[in-house]
Amino acid sequence: MSGLVKLTIDGRAVEVPAGTLLINAAKMAGIEIPAFCYYEGLSLQAACRMCLVEIEKSPKLVTSCTMPVAEGMVVHTNTPQVAEARKSMLEFILTNHPLDCPVCDKGGECELQDLTFRYGVDVSRFTEFKYHVPEKQWSPIVYFDKPRCILCYRCVRICKEGMGVGALGVVNRGVVSEITPNHGDHLECDECGMCIDICPVGALTSGIYRYKTRPWEMKHVGTACAHCADGCTTTLGVYDNRIIRGSNQDRSGVNGEFLCVKGRYAFDFVSHEERLRTPLIKKDGRFEEVSWSEALRAVAKQFQEIRACGGKLGVIGSTRTTNEENLYLQELARRGLGTNHIDHRRSGDVAALLAAVGGRAEALARTEDLYQRQAAVVIGADLAQQHPLLAFQLRANWRHHQARVYVVTRGPVREDSYAALSVRAEPGRELAALEGLRETLKNEPELVILFGDSVRGEAVYRLVEFGASLGIPVKYVCLVDHSNSRGAMDMGLMPDFLPGYRPVQEAGLEPGLTLPAMLDAPDLDALWIVGANPLRNRELAAAGAFLVVQDLFLTETAQRANVVLPAAGAYEKTGTVTNTCGELIGVKRAVSTMGAKTDLDIFRNLAVMMGIEIAPPAPAEVYSNMSQRGIAAAPGLTHAGLMDPANDTLFTSGTLGRYSKTLNSLKEAPGELYRWNS
Amino acid sequence: MSGMLYNEPSPLEVKVLTRRFGLESPVRIDTYLATGGYQAFQKALKMKPEEIIEEVKASNLRGRGGAGFPTGMKWGFVPRHSPKPKYIVANGDEGEPGTCKDRLLMENDPHQLLEGMMIAAVAVGAQAGYIYIRGEFRKCLEAVEQAIGEARERGYLGKNILGSGFDFDMFTRTGAGSYECGEESALLESLEGKRGVPRIRPPFPAVVGAFGCPTVLNNVETFCAVPHIINDGGAAFALLGTPRNGGTRLFCLSGHINRPGVYELPMGFNLLRMIEEVGGGIRGGKKLKAVIPGGSSCPVLKAEECDIAMDFDTLAKAKSMLGSGGVIVMDEDTCMVKAAMRILSFYAHESCGWCVPCREGTTWLKKLLLRFHAGEGSRGDIDLIAEVARNMLGRTFCPLGDAAAMPAMAFVEKFRDEFEAHAEGEPCPFEPSPREVLAR
Repeated sequence: MSGLVKLTIDGRAVEVPAGTLLINAAKMAGIEIPAFCYYEGLSLQAACRMCLVEIEKSPKLVTSCTMPVAEGMVVHTNTPQVAEARKSMLEFILTNHPLDCPVCDKGGECELQDLTFRYGVDVSRFTEFKYHVPEKQWSPIVYFDKPRCILCYRCVRICKEGMGVGALGVVNRGVVSEITPNHGDHLECDECGMCIDICPVGALTSGIYRYKTRPWEMKHVGTACAHCADGCTTTLGVYDNRIIRGSNQDRSGVNGEFLCVKGRYAFDFVSHEERLRTPLIKKDGRFEEVSWSEALRAVAKQFQEIRACGGKLGVIGSTRTTNEENLYLQELARRGLGTNHIDHRRSGDVAALLAAVGGRAEALARTEDLYQRQAAVVIGADLAQQHPLLAFQLRANWRHHQARVYVVTRGPVREDSYAALSVRAEPGRELAALEGLRETLKNEPELVILFGDSVRGEAVYRLVEFGASLGIPVKYVCLVDHSNSRGAMDMGLMPDFLPGYRPVQEAGLEPGLTLPAMLDAPDLDALWIVGANPLRNRELAAAGAFLVVQDLFLTETAQRANVVLPAAGAYEKTGTVTNTCGELIGVKRAVSTMGAKTDLDIFRNLAVMMGIEIAPPAPAEVYSNMSQRGIAAAPGLTHAGLMDPANDTLFTSGTLGRYSKTLNSLKEAPGELYRWNS
Repeated sequence: MSGMLYNEPSPLEVKVLTRRFGLESPVRIDTYLATGGYQAFQKALKMKPEEIIEEVKASNLRGRGGAGFPTGMKWGFVPRHSPKPKYIVANGDEGEPGTCKDRLLMENDPHQLLEGMMIAAVAVGAQAGYIYIRGEFRKCLEAVEQAIGEARERGYLGKNILGSGFDFDMFTRTGAGSYECGEESALLESLEGKRGVPRIRPPFPAVVGAFGCPTVLNNVETFCAVPHIINDGGAAFALLGTPRNGGTRLFCLSGHINRPGVYELPMGFNLLRMIEEVGGGIRGGKKLKAVIPGGSSCPVLKAEECDIAMDFDTLAKAKSMLGSGGVIVMDEDTCMVKAAMRILSFYAHESCGWCVPCREGTTWLKKLLLRFHAGEGSRGDIDLIAEVARNMLGRTFCPLGDAAAMPAMAFVEKFRDEFEAHAEGEPCPFEPSPREVLAR
């Protein structure tokens, strides 16, 4: 099917691509055809019968969600017959619907309310008893209220088709048909909540948000998710300075409507009772609460003294702080504190990739490429667990465009179920396995290669050579683990690179100590750790070093600090982060902090106290240092030995995950989800 | 295994499909072969596929499952040069209340069904056939499986059948108790082992049917007519009936008549004559009140409408349907509100729940009618019943919604006086009051 088809909808001449469904053709022409069961991107259902329209020469009303456009078709969507049909469908739906709208979570943003308001009637002729069954809880997160369900099957389809999980089905028939978990009374799934947000009514509600407020009482703040590196935008619902909901129903950001359990529900670390709210100073082996000025003065004094006597000062940055903060921190460390011992925890060899592709921006894939390119290879990563959005994109690409996905992993992954080919290979041996796919990949028109931390250093160069030898356009994604792991590198939190991957030698500096080297250096005088927990299960070689830690919680690292500075979380600040595909994602403050300060504020206060003048970075400054812009990284010190990925799964998220009660309530989730990489 | 017959034949019958009924061991292939069996198939093997389809078109054979779609035309829709395998599926999920003919055909002459399907297979080039049998029909299943086994043994099924180079085999599948699975696309879902809900059409089964492949799907009785069409010629079969309604039909007479049963009569047989002469008249000498002419989904006919030829077109003109041949006769003591209630209770129970108007509408109608019959209805409810049914009509996903809506509308329209007699707290005039029951 190709070319354009001309048809008339409500007297308007419309020209749309052949094969377009009538409901979408009308949408393109600005005409709304209401529907519950039709959902773009999912299989067709034609069950709600709301989208019936009149087509000339057709004896009956036709469902516009199943009818492809045809040349010369004349369609009417606003005749009395159509209006009457819509009205009667709503009347049917409402016969067994409980009308408990005043206490329903969905009230105010319910599609059934909206369409009843627009197309329904104000009188109910149904005077029989309504069918009722009690509400059920399927998991800590998912609740199901059967009477509200209108059986549009969106939840069943998004779970099976969109997520590849298939946790939901339907039992019984007729009016007692009921959506139900396929494992009986409980869900065995990702707990992503896609089913809840896709529900047009209040049948599926979340244990996190239910009965907390009314939708119109919340402030909605779209911001980057604080967890993995995929850079989803989550729209936080804020009520009374508390985050009570995460969703992305406005489809903003690179993720569209997609969110996983972390983006949707794991915002509760923000209000965890163990959040640090006051600076702490260790006196005689015990922490004492002190004022911000006292704490900052103590830190500034120590740092200045060490600098004055030429002492050794190390700085470890965070994989979750914003680009602006990272840029400021490296400037403060290098220029203000005069140290080049700055690093962070690495989880992917981005520097090697950038050097290997030699600054060709077109060789770096963006999130949308995973949905659009015709083939992809996943190397050494359990995407569904570690990069839920990228997994969703690839799966949708396979569903909608029949993209071929190849998998080279150590163990079974969910992508196997639809992969064109799956190959098992131990870490470090993936490239040899990939060689076996050469002839197959050569026949693909184009390719996206995603690789995890097991492809590092020299192997990245060989991978890119392999890609180049295929003779087809190839794009790459170097997978990293946390919300701004990529940005930490882009913004120069590395001992050998300045922002934008410029070698430190350009600034007349010698490469400083790496993170492991700092921890191992016996002569370190001070260590400043920002939003990281490197001492979780190891000792600091320089036992007497002055240790400053700024974090949300009193982590294992913070417990050993001399000074602890309470920091604001990702949902309490504004700025940008960079996702694993190198896209800039906006961070917007949703709630204000109590006691804690943003990392940028802490940096600036310290700078002021030390008499160092550094202006906060302008947005353009961040942008100009982003690797997505095609900056050629100089092949320098190999980072291969530095990889220490967090290996988070769907229900873990580093320190933040440990302080998310929601994620912890799901830890006992079934075994299928925890596999070879956890 | 012997055959199963449930009524004495009538001298008025024209026995074509039922001509082996009552023979000794009718299920055995020897009996079948001794009475001309599998000759039509052998003839078909020598014919060109188009010739077979032309013969079926000439016979004016129309689908016996209820819709009456011309069979030859349906076969013609199967793409000739599809790279996919093709299938033949027989719909033996007989579930329409009032209809009980396919069961007899399968129990008493299963080879006839097999032969009809084999001829269809030759006509469209299919490799395999499935007979989907209603789950409750254990005897049918046994008979059909025995017949398939025998046919395989004698080389009528399998590879290179009778040295012709034609391969074809057959299998049985059973339903699990759902009326909806008699709808062709839901049947295919069930056949594939899935939940029995209908599919979006188009594409129709002729193009995308079983397992996504082109499929000929016909009612058991339809296939059973095919050997006779090939043997005697389409024209001869057509002549048995009326114009555009070829052949004979198995009518299932039930209700308040003296000799209920299944009778094979020519298409176009007069309904009153059928009741009086074939069925032996109304039980107990009562007067006729109404007839449902083709199974529960067909709009009811009042007594004065019953002087009518029983074929698809005439009944359509009378705003009813020939349906699947289930003639339900009701005498003067029958409460029409109760009849409607019983029918709608059936459809509410059998609605698959896929689409809104059928799922909610059938249940609403059932509740309304239950309440109404119990004397708790108002005059306004009468119009509401008709209105709810009208809102379902033509708007449901599959024909089940129409099958429920049409009879509901007809009952209200034709027997409004009886509905009025129940309204506003009046007890059912046709049922004894509690006092009368106690007095007995």
